[in-house]
Amino acid sequence: MAETTHPHQITGAEIVIRCLEQENVKFVFGYPGGAVLHIYDAIYKQGHFKHILVRHEQAAVHAADAFSRATGEVGVALVTSGPGATNAITGIATAYMDSIPLVVISGQVPVPAIGLDAFQEVDMVGVTRPCVKHNFLVKDVKDIATTLKKAFYIAKTGRPGPVVVDIPKDITAHLADFVYPESVEMRSYNPVTKGHSGQIKKAVKLLLEAKRPMVYTGGGLVLGDASELLVKLVKALGVPVTNTLMGLGGYPSTDKQFLGMLGMHGTYEANMAMQDCDVLLAVGARFDDRVIGNTDHFYSKDRTIIHVDIDPSSISKRVKVHVPIVGDVKSVLAEMNELVALEKPTQSPALKAWWTQIESWRGKLCLDYNNSNGLIKPQYVIEKLWEVTKGDAYVTSDVGQHQMWAAQYYKFDKPRRWINSGGLGTMGVGLPYAMGCQFADPTAQVACVTGEGSIQMNIQELSTCKQYSLPIKVILLNNRYLGMVRQWQEFFYENRYSESYMDSLPDFVKLAESYGHVGMQITKPEDVEGALKEAFDMKSRFVFMDFITDQKENVFPMIPNGKGLSEMILAEDL
Amino acid sequence: MRHIVSLLMENEAGALSRVAGLFSARGYNIESLTVAPTEDPTLSRMTIVTSGSDDVIEQIIKQLNKLVDVVKVLDLNDGKFIERELMLVKVKATGAFREEMKRMCDIFRGRIIDVADGTFTIELTGSGHKLDAFIEGLDNAAILETVRTGASGIGRGDRILKV
Repeated sequence: MAETTHPHQITGAEIVIRCLEQENVKFVFGYPGGAVLHIYDAIYKQGHFKHILVRHEQAAVHAADAFSRATGEVGVALVTSGPGATNAITGIATAYMDSIPLVVISGQVPVPAIGLDAFQEVDMVGVTRPCVKHNFLVKDVKDIATTLKKAFYIAKTGRPGPVVVDIPKDITAHLADFVYPESVEMRSYNPVTKGHSGQIKKAVKLLLEAKRPMVYTGGGLVLGDASELLVKLVKALGVPVTNTLMGLGGYPSTDKQFLGMLGMHGTYEANMAMQDCDVLLAVGARFDDRVIGNTDHFYSKDRTIIHVDIDPSSISKRVKVHVPIVGDVKSVLAEMNELVALEKPTQSPALKAWWTQIESWRGKLCLDYNNSNGLIKPQYVIEKLWEVTKGDAYVTSDVGQHQMWAAQYYKFDKPRRWINSGGLGTMGVGLPYAMGCQFADPTAQVACVTGEGSIQMNIQELSTCKQYSLPIKVILLNNRYLGMVRQWQEFFYENRYSESYMDSLPDFVKLAESYGHVGMQITKPEDVEGALKEAFDMKSRFVFMDFITDQKENVFPMIPNGKGLSEMILAEDL
Repeated sequence: MRHIVSLLMENEAGALSRVAGLFSARGYNIESLTVAPTEDPTLSRMTIVTSGSDDVIEQIIKQLNKLVDVVKVLDLNDGKFIERELMLVKVKATGAFREEMKRMCDIFRGRIIDVADGTFTIELTGSGHKLDAFIEGLDNAAILETVRTGASGIGRGDRILKV
């Protein structure tokens, strides 16, 4: 019997495309396969968004993630069922840990085949459950539009995060009318936006009366686009401020009220001020183990903590706070600014004394390093990168020593410029992150700071960069070691360098050239600046720069695992 | 401390696994968990018996509220509440056991709901402590099989968990 079709009905695959159009999606990062063939056929016929073909699904999700980090928009990735879906997991978990809004569409085997161990079947909803904000399995073509509408809404509201929509192949062939809902109503999901006014008043009073105030902000401030409001507040109060690894760029790094990054590899002055302050304002940060270290040590000094966060479960999770404010950082900081403006604060003698103390800590020059031995120091490369790019590049990094040096020595003055995996610590994100940034801002300078361990975890994307002519500059700090592993082995395992030597490296120059890119190897400190200039002058070329660096350089300061904020090891201590 | 957490959630496939997954992923204790649809078939009501310090319980409540499918969460221990659990016990009912089982069942206000040649099946409702006491009161050799539902809880008086 022939199915009766309504003239306006379209396939589920076409509905997916129309939904993405309605959400004004500009890029979809993906990789085709059996279960998504109908969707790819619909992509072939559309002209609204550009599909970016990666070389591995993990990179598709990372690129979509970076696109979101750079723009604030929801990133979109599309993968097939089974191995396509499982390859995407690391990308999804990375975005989840850093609260990045993503919609990941995965193909699924046809509904009648679900549960029968069909070819390329995996329970995507089950597998992703612990690393998504939410996920859906669509079992009826009529539900595709409302589900995708909900997915985008959930991804970008409240504390953002990745949402997976798993769509069986047969559903994408079924026909239905296309109606995109104008709004979403969910009785079970109503994120708070406005903070409690009474609590905000209390917080402002505490800050105004503080003798040793301190402001600490994280990725939430960047995600909430509240940098300008933070600068206004910090300037009005005249207080010191630090950013987490995820929060860099939230406050201009070149400003004198900025104490640098805090935490395990934070500056001496930032960590000491965190420990010794009497009133601490935390905004969009979560007191995690790499930031606060040992909580008992942190509690050994009294301070009043004000914590602004959109996620109530982030408040008093690791560290007890005294003034919780649940709300959107932008709205809360705006309200705080209004209240502070009424008071017109002037610098108190206590605050002046506090700054004197901070300046003496700053006088330790904890980021100074010895740059005289003829070998390229990784820190020097980052300093020169900052100079050559005039501090205005998107800098992505992988995970390890190079990540910490990039965070310490590249002075980020703008939010959404420092793109790295803070929470999950995913090696291999750097290159796909650079791709996402370059698509987000095609004429911008994009630098991928990486190590020879990390870059090989997604090296296949050199091919994607070729296909789309992405003028990324890879800054490989090549020390022939898994540097951070080696550093811990040196400090805590009596120099037993177990499996941390990166032997059998490829000739990176030839490798880059084989993809049609420009390859450079730099071995002398005096060549660093010139090479960087030359690379960034090649505005339309992908340049792979292999810097052969000092093998034994370590990241300082360092708070050993389990120690407290003021228990740093400094370079000068050794 | 032992807490009983009640929650209402969307009656959708996978909702239960989200709650169970949250508890295992974050290392929270589950003593028991019961779930069934409510008078509104779009909603399920779940009762979770858990234990932990005040800080842990606070996190559990917050994390449950964060699940997108969860509509409302109530820590019953924040006020007065009633808890009940159902148990079915199959016991030996031969010789002297037959009269003994009948007597124990009466004392605990249970009901014998199945009688066979050599066995009784007893239905008993009450708090977890009462069910424990019944089991302890029985001769261990007489117990053939037990099955318990886990606790269900409800607030007293005006304490109502409803959408």
